[in-house]
Amino acid sequence: MSAPAARAAALERYEAVIGIEVHCQVRTASKMFCACAVPPPDAAPNTHTCPVCLALPGTLPTINRAAVEHVLTTGLAIGASVPPATRWDRKNYFYPDLPKGYQISQYDLPLAANGSLTVETSEGPVTIGITRAHLEEDTAKLIHAAAPDGRRVSLVDFNRAGVPLMEIVTEPDVRSAEQARRYAEELRLLLRAIDVSDAEMENGQLRVEANVSLRPRGTGPFGTRVEVKNMNSIRAVERAIDFEIERQAAALDGGEPLRQETRGWDDAAGATYVMRVKESSDDYRYFPEPDLPPLVIDAAWLAALRAALPELPAARRARYRALGLPAYDAAVLVNDEGMRVAFEAILAAGPGLPPKEVANLVTGDYGRALNETAERTASGLAGRADAASLAHVLGEVVAGRLSRANAKEVVAEHVVGGRPAAAVIAERGFAQISDADAVGRIVDAVLAANPAAVADVRAGRSQALGFLVGQAMKASRGQANAAVVQAAVRERLGRGGDG
Amino acid sequence: MPDLASTRLAAHEMAARLRAGSVSSRELTEAHLAAAEAGNHALNAWLVIDRDAALAAAAAADARIAAARADGSAALAALHPLCGVPVGLKDLVTVSGGQCTAGSRILDGYVAPFDAHVTERLRDAGAVIAGKLNMDEFAMGSSTEHSAYGPTANPWDLERVPGGSSGGSAAAVAARHVPLAIGTDTGGSIRQPAALCGIVGLKPTYGRVSRYGIVAFASSLDQVGPLARDARDAALLLHAIAGRDRRDATSAPVPVPEELLALPASDDEAAASLRGVRLGLPREYFVAGMEPGVEARVRDAVAAFEAAGATIVDVSLPHTEYGLAAYYIVAPAEASANLARYDGVRYGHAVRGGDVLGSYLASRGTGFGPEVKRRIMLGTYALSAGYYDAYYLKAQKVRTLIKGDFDTAFAAGVDALVAPTSPFVAWPLGAKLADPVAMYLSDACTLPVNLAGLPGISVPCGLSDGLPVGLQLIGPAWSEARLLALARAYEGVTAGAPWRRLEPPGLVAIDPAGPTPARRAIALPGGHHR
Ligand SMILES: [Zn+2]
Repeated sequence: MSAPAARAAALERYEAVIGIEVHCQVRTASKMFCACAVPPPDAAPNTHTCPVCLALPGTLPTINRAAVEHVLTTGLAIGASVPPATRWDRKNYFYPDLPKGYQISQYDLPLAANGSLTVETSEGPVTIGITRAHLEEDTAKLIHAAAPDGRRVSLVDFNRAGVPLMEIVTEPDVRSAEQARRYAEELRLLLRAIDVSDAEMENGQLRVEANVSLRPRGTGPFGTRVEVKNMNSIRAVERAIDFEIERQAAALDGGEPLRQETRGWDDAAGATYVMRVKESSDDYRYFPEPDLPPLVIDAAWLAALRAALPELPAARRARYRALGLPAYDAAVLVNDEGMRVAFEAILAAGPGLPPKEVANLVTGDYGRALNETAERTASGLAGRADAASLAHVLGEVVAGRLSRANAKEVVAEHVVGGRPAAAVIAERGFAQISDADAVGRIVDAVLAANPAAVADVRAGRSQALGFLVGQAMKASRGQANAAVVQAAVRERLGRGGDG
Repeated sequence: MPDLASTRLAAHEMAARLRAGSVSSRELTEAHLAAAEAGNHALNAWLVIDRDAALAAAAAADARIAAARADGSAALAALHPLCGVPVGLKDLVTVSGGQCTAGSRILDGYVAPFDAHVTERLRDAGAVIAGKLNMDEFAMGSSTEHSAYGPTANPWDLERVPGGSSGGSAAAVAARHVPLAIGTDTGGSIRQPAALCGIVGLKPTYGRVSRYGIVAFASSLDQVGPLARDARDAALLLHAIAGRDRRDATSAPVPVPEELLALPASDDEAAASLRGVRLGLPREYFVAGMEPGVEARVRDAVAAFEAAGATIVDVSLPHTEYGLAAYYIVAPAEASANLARYDGVRYGHAVRGGDVLGSYLASRGTGFGPEVKRRIMLGTYALSAGYYDAYYLKAQKVRTLIKGDFDTAFAAGVDALVAPTSPFVAWPLGAKLADPVAMYLSDACTLPVNLAGLPGISVPCGLSDGLPVGLQLIGPAWSEARLLALARAYEGVTAGAPWRRLEPPGLVAIDPAGPTPARRAIALPGGHHR
C-alpha cells in the first residue's frame, strides 16, 4: 500500500489528536534578563555573555519590557485574555545548558490565555484553540565534539542563554498533519505581520513540537502521547506527523503498546526515532520567582498595544475577498509581504483599477520583477518602482492601449530603471492602436495588397484569415490591438463571430 | 606594630579626625590591618585580609581628602563620612578580582569579575575595604560554625560562637579589627551575631539595599545591612549602601533619608527624643525557653525607655509561633533553586564523576557542607509535586498573616516594637551543632521580621554572665532612620551604665600561639561533631 493510502486507511479507523507547541524568539535588541545583545546566528561561541546570563554568584535578572510587549501583542492578535497582573516562575532542573539550574518562565499566570487561530485547510476552515502564550528564556547550546586527544567532550555555548522565547501552546484540537502545517504557516504569518518575530525556522527562531496520539474513532479518552521534536521546516512538520500517525496506527493494529516518549524527526530518513522515554512525569518544582516583582499590566498599556496592532492576516484576506479576489490570490498576496505592499500601493494609486487585474499584475509580471531584485524602495516596492507607474501600466492595459505582452516588458524595465512607465511605453513605441477607424485603414490596405488571400478566405479556407490578421499587425508594427484587427478583417470579409 | 588606639574610635570619630587632618586613612588602615592580622589567629573572623588593596584605597582616600581640603570646607563637607574609613565585607559580597566563597568549599577558587552594588557604593564613598569575613556556608547557620573555612570565635569568650551567619563581620567589629562591616540578614544573620558580640546590627527593609552582587541564600528574605559599634556608625554605613539599583528589580525607589547622617552627637539630646514615643512589647517574644538573664536585660531596657518618657504598650503578634516553621519552608525552597547553579560546569569546585549526573553528584556532594545539603533537601521536598500546596503555599499564607500582625500593631499607633534579639547569649562552640532545631530556635525572634520584610535593629543592652545581650527594635517599612534614632536614644539613656565601658576580654587576652577556634571547638564537649 502506498504511504498516502496507508495513512488514509489508518485515519478511517483512528482519529489523530495533536497539540502543537511553538517556541518563538521574539525580536528584541537585548536578552530577556540582561543587557547582552541577542547574538546573530553566526556569532562565535560565548561572545554574547555576561555575569547575569552565565549565572555567576550574586547576579539578578531584570525584565526586558519589549519582550513582554511582544507576547502581549501576540495575545491580542489571537484574541487571548491578558491577566491584570502576572508573575514569573522558576522551572527547576539540572542540565549543563541551564546555567542557573532553573529557567525563568511562567507557570500558572501566562501573559496570554485562551486564544485561537483559524486556518484554511483543504476541508475548509478549522479553528484551533490556543491554551496559552508565555515568555521564558532560552537555554545555552551544547556542542558534542572530540578533543585534540580524541576524548569525547561536550562544550557549552552560552550565547543563546537568556534569549527571550515565547511559548505558544495549542489545545489538542489539531486532527491532521495538514492542519498542523497550516497552523504553523498561519502562526508564522501572524507573528511576522504583527512584527514580533522574524520566525525563521532555519535559524531556530521558530521551533515547532507536536504531541501526537491516536484514538479509535468514536471513543473519548486520548491515546498514549508521543512528543515529536527536531522538525526544521514547515514541510517537516507535516511529514513527521504523517509518519507518526502511520507508525502509531501500525503499532496499535499490531497490538503493540505505545510508550510515552519523545521522538526526533530525521528529515533524510523520513522517519522519527526515539530520543527519550518518559518513565515518570517530570517534576519541575515550579515556584514564583522571588527576584522579580509581579508585573502589572494596566489597561492603558494594553490599549496602546491594541491600537498599534496592524491589520491581521485573516482580516486582510477577508478584505481582499470582499474586493473580488479569489481565495487563492488573497492568500498569495497576504503571504508575501512584497506583493502585499505592491497590491495596496497600486490600488491606492489607481483607485479605479479592477482589484483582480491589480492582483494579476502583482502576482504575475511584477512578482517576477520582485524576485529578480533584492533592491527595495523606501515604500517597499521592488527595485526602483513607483506605484503610480505600475497603476498607469495597468490602466493602459485595461483601456486597450497597451498589450499584455508589452506591459510585461514595461514593468520589467520600469522596476530596474525607475523611469516612468508612460515614458517607457512611448519610447518603446508600445502605445496600442485600438481605434476602429485607424485599424480599419491599415486593414483596408492589407486586403487590397493581398487579393489571393482574400479570395481564399471567401472560398472558406480560414487559415488565410490568420495570415491577413498577421499582415495587418505587421503593418502596424505590432501596435494595433489584435482583437480590433481581427474584428475589422472579419467585418470586411463578411465573416461574423462564428470563426 | 602601629599604635592600635585609633581602632577604638567610632567611624564618625575617625571621619572627624580625617577631616581635621589629625589622622590619615593610611594610619587608620595600618592600625586596623595590624589588629586584624594579630587577632585573626584566635578569632578566624577574616578569610582574606587584603593589605595591598586596603592601603591603595587608603592612599586614594587620603588624596581625596587632601584635594577636598584644598578646595575648601564645602568640598570637605561633601565627602562621604566613610571616606578613608576601614570596612570589612562578609565573604558573599563580590569584589571584582577577589574571592567570594560564601563560606563554601564549592566556591573555592572562584574569582568574581564584578563589584557588588554595595562594593561600588563603598568605593564611591571612599571607604577602605579591608578584606572578606567568615560566615556560615551560604549564610545558612546561626553560629558561623558551618563555614568550610573553620569556625569563628566570639571575642567575648574565645570558646563560644559569635552567632551567625555574619559571625565574622560581628566578631571583627567587636574585636576592633574594623569599625564597620557589611553583613546579610535572611532570618537574623546580622542582628543575632550583633547581639552575641555586643555590637549594633541593622537589617534594613526588604528592598532598601540592592542585592546585586550578594550571593543569594533566600531571595525574598535576604537583605544587606551594617554592623557597627554604635547607632551613628550603623547609620553612616546604611546611608552609603542604600538606594535604588536598576540591577535588582526588588530594590525600591525609596529615597535614602539624609537624617541618617545627622543622628545627635549629644547623649542627652538623643535621650530627650524618647518623650512621647510609643513602644510595643510583643508578648509572644517573651516565651519559655528564653534565658532568664536575657529576659532580665531586655526588661531593664524597657524600663529605661519608660523612665526616659516612652510609653510602653503590650501588643500581640498572634502568628509568631508559626514563623519558624514558615521560614524553614520558604528559605530552603528558595535556596534549593538559588544553589542549583553550583554545578561545577562553569566555575568553582568541580569533581569529575563520569557522566553529567555523576559529575553533579561528585561536585555538589563534596562541595556543600551538611547544613546546606539539609536545607537543599528540605526545600526540594517542600516544592515537590504533591507537597507544594501543603508546604510552600501554606508557608506563604502564614507569611501574609505574620505581616498582617505587624501591620496591625503599627496601625494601632506603635512607633516600634521592643523585643529580645536572641533568646540566648553566645553558646559554647559545638553546643548546638548536633541539634539543628535548637540552632534554628536562636532566630525565633528575628526571622518573623524577615518574613514581613521589615527593618529591625539589634543594640547591646548589657551582659548576662559576662556575655552580651541584644535588644531588638522593629519598625514599619522604611523606618530605618527612626529605628536608628531610637537606638541612638537608648545609647543616650544608658550612656552612664557601667557595662557600656566594657570591652571583649579577648582583645587583651589574644595569644598568637594559642589555639585557633577550630582547635578549641575540637577540645570542647561536643567537639566530636565537627
Ligand atoms: Zn548577559
